[in-house]
Amino acid sequence: MDRIVLGDNQFFGINHMSEEKARDQAMRFAHTRAIMDVLDVAYDLGIRTFMCTTHDRIGEVCEAIRAKPSRYPDFQFYPCMPYAHKYANAAGQLGMLGALKKFAPNTMLDTIVKGAVSALRRDVYGLMQLLVDTEMRPFAGLATKVVFLQNVVTDLLLGLDFKAMFVAFADHIRQRYNAEAGFITMNLPRLLDTLDACGIVNPLVCSSINKIGFRMCGGVEAYERAIATRTFRPLAMSVFASGAIPPAEALAYVCGQKKITSIVFGASTEAHIRQTKELIERLG
Amino acid sequence: MIRVGLIGVGKMGLSHYAILNAHPGVEVAAVADTSGLVLSVLQKYLGINTVKDYRQMLALDRLDGVVIATPPKTHADAVTWALEHGLHVFVEKPLCLSVEDGRRLALLADRQRVVNQVGYHNRFVGTFQETKRLVDSGIIGHPYHISGEAYGQVVVKEESSTWRSTKEEGGGCLHEYCSHVIDLMNYVVGPPKDVLGVVLERIYSRDVEDAVYATLAYPNGMSGQLATNWSDDTYRRMTTRLTVQGTRGKIISDREECRLYLSAGTASAEFADGWTVRNITQLQPPVAYYLRGEEYTAQLDHFVQAVETGARDPHANSFASALQVDIVMDLLLHRARGARA
Repeated sequence: MDRIVLGDNQFFGINHMSEEKARDQAMRFAHTRAIMDVLDVAYDLGIRTFMCTTHDRIGEVCEAIRAKPSRYPDFQFYPCMPYAHKYANAAGQLGMLGALKKFAPNTMLDTIVKGAVSALRRDVYGLMQLLVDTEMRPFAGLATKVVFLQNVVTDLLLGLDFKAMFVAFADHIRQRYNAEAGFITMNLPRLLDTLDACGIVNPLVCSSINKIGFRMCGGVEAYERAIATRTFRPLAMSVFASGAIPPAEALAYVCGQKKITSIVFGASTEAHIRQTKELIERLG
Repeated sequence: MIRVGLIGVGKMGLSHYAILNAHPGVEVAAVADTSGLVLSVLQKYLGINTVKDYRQMLALDRLDGVVIATPPKTHADAVTWALEHGLHVFVEKPLCLSVEDGRRLALLADRQRVVNQVGYHNRFVGTFQETKRLVDSGIIGHPYHISGEAYGQVVVKEESSTWRSTKEEGGGCLHEYCSHVIDLMNYVVGPPKDVLGVVLERIYSRDVEDAVYATLAYPNGMSGQLATNWSDDTYRRMTTRLTVQGTRGKIISDREECRLYLSAGTASAEFADGWTVRNITQLQPPVAYYLRGEEYTAQLDHFVQAVETGARDPHANSFASALQVDIVMDLLLHRARGARA
């Protein structure tokens, strides 16, 4: 697994610090070419893994990478699914079942339209697999070593204590995609307990890790203890807490915890990408 | 350990269930929903006690309180039932669709001495709490204008098929979206005494308004501007912004930032002249479990804590406070009808 991973929030108008910044970025990256320019810079600097939400527009990025295999021989996607706002907006407009109808593949659509909802009743895992397969469609033929479950779903399942679904997701990702399941969470210590209880050994877990404890439920100390003592592969995100911590200080904190496997960060200029990469490499 | 029943498992109900289930002081004893499909999934996969009719919940088990997340039209009946059985109540916003029902519920809740809270979660967002603190402190002088805005993409096509698209059920931008903004404005400067120039605009919906615009008049002479539109797909998700203009400064806040401007010569021990920007990273108190935003957990923590202490102390978002939102919405509808007539 790569030490440095590029994230995608900056491309899709997501910024936890400022609505204006988010909108500026959405405008700057309105065309896929602008995203590709940044990905090219990162790739040429040696960052080969792109962790991305299964946003509507990700298909265009996949297309661009697929079109030039010799340009991107080692390009690795880590898809993160689902893009929750897509489902949440549809659920608001069409109802929960309506949203499923909208996004489930045609076979599923037929089943639901016919009123045979008993299928769902019998097999919610089958439905999960169909939705995962739909989200994975844009990545066909591309390298996806890890497939992540977005925090809104991971943390929902965690709150529901729906252990069997974690297992079903991990099994499906392994069997169907020959890949490993990863889990994004805002509740790291609690999730580790649950994944342990599920029998998911040495999981890949991506969570906010920053020295000010932003979006780290359970608190900084519980996170540091979990990272130091528990068996899992931590990926750190939100290391700058959306810009609240200066880069060198932020990275010193994360790199100081030697068990952290990878660091995910979002940047949209060559200078930022280069600076972050050099800092991480220097700090070890 | 308090025992809670959940009524209604839609988008909000499911989120409330997860938060309550993760709370160490709560046992979710039963879940009620009219959808057999939802119930059978919850029962089969999560082993939850379910009933179709919420009135049967007490036959299953003893309860201390209920969390109600059904469409607005059903709130009055469900809340009445819960109050009559002496249960503490957390109900999704808006409180209900008629001011008369709202008044009755607020009185009944007080008489029954139970916790009564409505899901206006923005009051638990750190940046908005900071906005209120700053306005109350008087640092921006006498506030003379407030504007409240919310934009998002709930209805962006002419197809819609849920209660949110039906006026009679309590759908529409006014009750669903604008209610949040009215509550925030009430929170920061108190309720307006009148509304003027009301525009309820249909953009894509047939039966409900998709945008609400109005001017507000306050008892102290202050003015306000309300602008909400749920058919704006330039916003990824609901985005709410408050601007308070005072004689000595100004505050602009949203979920991410609280930006304070102080006119020259008004610096305090805490703030310098000019702009001071504080972010959610500094302003949001941590929660024990996070799902979609700290405020959703914080509001239910608040409810649980109020139940545990036996509703002795006043708590946030009471029925009486949420009733003030219903009164403003009623006024907006009344004035809009008057304008058409």
